[in-house]
Amino acid sequence: MTRADGHTAAAPRTTGVPGQTRPQDSTTHTVCTEEDLLHVRHAVRAATVLAGFGIVDQTRVVTAASELARNAYVHGGGGTLTIEIVRRLGTTGIRLTVEDEGPGISDVDAALTDGFTTGAGLGHGLGGARRLMDDFAVRSEPGRGTVVTATRWHTRRA
Amino acid sequence: MNQRPTAGVPILRLGDVLVSGLLNELDDKSALAFTEELTETIATTGARGVLIDISRLELVDSFVARTLMDLSTTARLLGARVIVAGMRPPVAITLVELGIELAGVETALSAEQGMAALGWYRGASSQERPEP
Repeated sequence: MTRADGHTAAAPRTTGVPGQTRPQDSTTHTVCTEEDLLHVRHAVRAATVLAGFGIVDQTRVVTAASELARNAYVHGGGGTLTIEIVRRLGTTGIRLTVEDEGPGISDVDAALTDGFTTGAGLGHGLGGARRLMDDFAVRSEPGRGTVVTATRWHTRRA
Repeated sequence: MNQRPTAGVPILRLGDVLVSGLLNELDDKSALAFTEELTETIATTGARGVLIDISRLELVDSFVARTLMDLSTTARLLGARVIVAGMRPPVAITLVELGIELAGVETALSAEQGMAALGWYRGASSQERPEP
């Protein structure tokens, strides 16, 4: 019953943001084991299907989720991944928020550069995930963990 | 004796070619176990070619990509040529956007074309049959 242009008092909404989120469309998953990584991929895949994403966009978002979740697991010592179905101006999107309380990233710009790796991977994880998503933000401080927020919108290409 | 975890992925031998296929759910441990198993099988059978079908993989992230690259290199050092066949188009698009070219990994559109590249032809005997 909530219309994008209407005012429904009962609907929870975030303040001051044109893209209103609906908290009931959000699920949070722990990322502490390799099994969790599989579980997270399933959950993200299901959300992209629910949001009506095509197969290529599904693959992009699930792959980005896999990279971000692995970062939290490997570098952050485990964390959480939250999946939200968000809406903005009549467009549906999937927002992933991956949080860990690990050592943090001292140089975020360097970490976003291809080939940057401190582990056994290819060093494409963070920068690659950014290219697969539309909106991407990293908040990190050494010693205080890392929060990555990444959104892919449904109708980027009509 | 052998307590290593196995990937649960069958590796078939057809002459001097090994044929295998990755399943949809490839976790990190299985990926590493598969690499070890395949490498060992190459060494014991003296295989010259390896076909890995990935048509069931719905996702190739940087870890799986890394596994395929390492596996190709290791096999080549053992004298075997690896062909990764059947990548789904969305996976290919996503890999390029991730910035991963799978350098050093030979690919084929389908398992059939991959086998042909390794010297296997469908109906080799029927080709010798005279046209009706």
